[in-house]
Amino acid sequence: MRPQTRWMSLVSACGAVLLLGGVTPAPAQQTHVGSLTGRAAAGKPLYVRYCAGCHGDDGDAQGENAQWITPKPRDFTTATFRCRSTPSGSLPTDQDLYNSVERGFVTTNMPSWVPLTPQNRVDLVSYIKTFSSRWVGAPAAQPIAIPAEPAPTLEGLQRGRALFQRMECWKCHGPAGHGDGPSASTLTDSKDNPIPPYNFATGNRFKCGVTNQDLYRIFMTGLDGSPMPSFADVLTPDQAWDLVHFLRTLQPLDTQEARIWRAWAREHGRELKPIGPTRGGGQ
Amino acid sequence: MHTRYLWPLALAAVASSAARAPAHPAAAAGTIAGRVTFTGTPPKMRAIDMAKEPSCAAQHQTPVMTETVVTGPDNAVANVVVYISAGDATSATPTEAVRYDQKGCEYIPHVAVMQVGQPLEIYNNDQTSHNIHPLALVNPEWNKSQPPGTPPIHTSYATSEFIPVKCNVHPWMHGYFVVLTTPHYAVTGNDGGFTLAGLAPGKYTVTAWHEKFGEQSQEVTVAATGRVTVSFVFKALPY
Repeated sequence: MRPQTRWMSLVSACGAVLLLGGVTPAPAQQTHVGSLTGRAAAGKPLYVRYCAGCHGDDGDAQGENAQWITPKPRDFTTATFRCRSTPSGSLPTDQDLYNSVERGFVTTNMPSWVPLTPQNRVDLVSYIKTFSSRWVGAPAAQPIAIPAEPAPTLEGLQRGRALFQRMECWKCHGPAGHGDGPSASTLTDSKDNPIPPYNFATGNRFKCGVTNQDLYRIFMTGLDGSPMPSFADVLTPDQAWDLVHFLRTLQPLDTQEARIWRAWAREHGRELKPIGPTRGGGQ
Repeated sequence: MHTRYLWPLALAAVASSAARAPAHPAAAAGTIAGRVTFTGTPPKMRAIDMAKEPSCAAQHQTPVMTETVVTGPDNAVANVVVYISAGDATSATPTEAVRYDQKGCEYIPHVAVMQVGQPLEIYNNDQTSHNIHPLALVNPEWNKSQPPGTPPIHTSYATSEFIPVKCNVHPWMHGYFVVLTTPHYAVTGNDGGFTLAGLAPGKYTVTAWHEKFGEQSQEVTVAATGRVTVSFVFKALPY
């Protein structure tokens, strides 16, 4: 084959691929969770029936119920989502959105949608992704890596407590994790609605999942749209696990971490420097 | 032989000049300059109470004032971004970074202007953690914790947008990232003055943006080496 002929065959092959690509829907319209493939067209009637009342026909969180409920429904037009496995500022994965529809959000008006079939839920996720142009042509964001969890130790819990002080978690979540830190009353979400920080005394009422992996993910990805930032750039995985384990001691639950901590604190609790403001703001 | 080797060079030269200024091939020596002022009564700025953050309060001898509306002598308005919103040639993305500092629980500068794709470096110079939270709507919204002593955050924005920036931990901290497509912009100082230099002759739309007063635009025609004076007057309301 002469070079020119080779070129032309390559160009026509590319053209054929483009033509074939035009037959299938754009990637943003399609969603893959496990072996299921969601389609926006199938999700639309479900959305109108089950979701539009709060999230609005246009996905702009202006549904007729929205004014009566707090926290406000998610606005899909900004494509900013709290519960993600991806870094702050990234779109969530299809699985993340699917998990949110399945789990619902405890302490909010968003119920768990397990009464819908898995196929229904994947179709809904597909339709939700049509409300923002950010989904069009966006590369699929990769979930953050979560390394294997080490077993909780007393030393790890003590390091975690020092991080709770040094990372200034207490500024919002309070010295004892009761959601009463000095900045707590001034917090607003990205739409200027007041929002309280998490109160660990309420137990396992985390909106984005209740496992240790979920807690790790929450502060390494941040909850976009809320005041909760990402700590991925400033914590090592080991430090993050120490912090996860320490957070468990703030809950009124009988966890392994809490047992280790309480056994030690009974004898030595008085030696601890209180968490809170110090000169210079450091440890 | 020689011409064969020079061809790619000539092509590259044409391509780069085309990328810089396809709309205005003539020399860029024109200037648009002027002042931004207000009429009416601007809102009073209030003193910020930093008592909740002693390490920041200690850095200020006098209370820091809010910066929503900063005015100067003779009704000048500061922190106004004046830029070419239409008619400008596309330009190469600058490689030097725009620096944004968090110091004394203030954002410095209050309004940081950058071009699309230009590197942005965000520093924490304080002894306290800040969470830097640009509330972008068009670009992705992110929110990152930056404890004291951590390295600067390197980022950039892909789309033109006026992005409010806040720190959730210190609710008085407010600023703006202004992402523009044009290299011709200025931020007014206390005298309200601005100068947009290096403009090729042609027709332009000049826009003045202020976080409280909004936006105004004017059509301006720049001659070959001309200097055009443009003034913007914002109507101020005391609330």
